[in-house]
Amino acid sequence: MTEPIVRMAEVGKSFGATRVLDNVDLSVGRGEVVTIIGPSGSGKTTLLRCINALETYDSGSIRIDGVEVGFRDGDSRRRPRRDRELAQIRAATGMVFQLFYLFPHLTAVENVMLGLRKVRRMGRAEARERAMRWLERVGLADRAGNLPSQLSGGQQQRVGIARAVAMEPKMLLLDEITSALDPELVGEVLAVVRSLAADGMTMLVVTHEMAFAREVSDRVAFMDGGRVIQEGDPESVLRRPASERLRAFLSRIG
Amino acid sequence: MNFAHVLFEAAPSLWRGLEVTVEVSAVSVSFALVAGLLFGTALAYGPILLRLPIRAVVDVVRGIPVLVLIFFVYYVGPAAGLELGSFSAAILALSLFSACQVAEITRGAIISVHHGQMEAARAVGLTFRQCLVSVIFPQALRRFLPPWINSVTDTVKGSALVSLLGIVDLMLAIQQVIGRTYRPMPFYVLGALIYLCINYALSSASRRLEAHFAYVRD
Repeated sequence: MTEPIVRMAEVGKSFGATRVLDNVDLSVGRGEVVTIIGPSGSGKTTLLRCINALETYDSGSIRIDGVEVGFRDGDSRRRPRRDRELAQIRAATGMVFQLFYLFPHLTAVENVMLGLRKVRRMGRAEARERAMRWLERVGLADRAGNLPSQLSGGQQQRVGIARAVAMEPKMLLLDEITSALDPELVGEVLAVVRSLAADGMTMLVVTHEMAFAREVSDRVAFMDGGRVIQEGDPESVLRRPASERLRAFLSRIG
Repeated sequence: MNFAHVLFEAAPSLWRGLEVTVEVSAVSVSFALVAGLLFGTALAYGPILLRLPIRAVVDVVRGIPVLVLIFFVYYVGPAAGLELGSFSAAILALSLFSACQVAEITRGAIISVHHGQMEAARAVGLTFRQCLVSVIFPQALRRFLPPWINSVTDTVKGSALVSLLGIVDLMLAIQQVIGRTYRPMPFYVLGALIYLCINYALSSASRRLEAHFAYVRD
C-alpha cells in the first residue's frame, strides 16, 4: 500500500452503553478505493462521520495526512479542537450523504460554489467557473440554475458529489450514496463514482451495492458489531468469506 | 361645532401621540429583534449553562401579562437600583416581552431546518458562524417571518399600555381629546382605525415576504 492518507488506529466510540466502534484499525492509501460493507448498525457510517469530525471518537487515533482529526496534536490530554480547526480539517475530506443534503435555497451551481467562496475564498467568477466544470463532469451543466427541488434524486446526488469534489479534497467519503435512490437512478450516480475512481480519487465508500464494491474497490473491509472482521482485496473478501458472520451477511444481501 | 372642526383642532395632539406610538413600537421591535435572535440562537445551539438561564427568563416573561411587566419594571425597578423614567421603563418592558417571543420564534425556526443541513455545511468546511449565516438562517427565515410579524403587531398593540405610565402615546392622546370634546365614540373609532392601518400594513407586508420566500422547499 502507498503512504496512507487516512490512518485509523484502535478507534473506539460508545453511545451510552452501546459500543459502536470497537478498536477499528483501517487505512486508506493515496489513490485507493476502500469499500466498507456490513449490516446496518455495524458502525460503518459512524466511522465515516468520525473521519469527517462530524462525530467524536472516545479512544484511538484518526489521522489525515498525519493530522489528528478529533483532538489537538501534541497534547496528551486529548483536548477537542476548536471550531475553526475542525472546519479546516473537514474541508480536507469531501463527504457525500445518503440523503444528499443539498442546500434547498441555493441553485445547483450555488451549492457547489458555497464552499469554494467561503472556505477556499475564491472570487465569484473563479468559483462559478470551477463549479460549472464539475457540474459538467457529472453531466448537469444544463441544470446549473435549477433548485434542488427541481432535480431528480439521481441528479441531486450528482450535485452532492460535485459539491464535495469541487473542493479538491484529499479524499472522498461516500455514505451509502445510492441507498435513497430509485433503482433506475442508481446507475448514473455510480457511473460518476466510477469515473472519479479511474481518475485516481482516494475514496472510502460505504455501500450495499456488492457488484459495485467488487468492481471499483482496491480493498473491501467487512464490519460487524463495531469491528473490522475481515479486510482484503475484493475477490478474497467477497468470494472467500473467512467468518460465519460475513458468509451470513453476503448470503442475506444476495 | 361639527366633527370636522373638532378633528381639525385635535389633529396635532393626535399626530404627536401617533409619533410616540410609532417610536415606542419601533425601538422595542428593534431591540427585541436583536436580543431575540441572539437568545433564540443560543437556545438552539448554546451550551446548557447558557440555555438554562435564557430558558428561565423566556418562560417567565412569556407567562406574565405585558401590563404587569411594564408596572413591574417601572415600580419595582428602582428598588433593585434600576431608576428609569417612564419612557425608558416602558420601552424596556415592551422590548423584553417582545424579545422573549422573538427568541422562541427564532429557536423554532432554526430547529425546523433539517439537521442534515448543518452537517452538510460543516462537511464542506464552513465554520459554525458561516453555517448559520449561509445555510441555516436563510432557510429558517421563511419559518421565522410570519410569526415574527405577528409579534410585531402584538408589540404595536401592546404599546397602547404605556399610556398607563402617563406617556402620551396615541391611546392617551385620544383619551385626552375625548376629555376635552366629550365625543368618545368617533375618536375611539378613529383610534382603532389608525391601529388597524398600521397592523394591516404590517401583515400584508408579511404575506408578500412569505410569497417571496416560498421558493425554498425542502
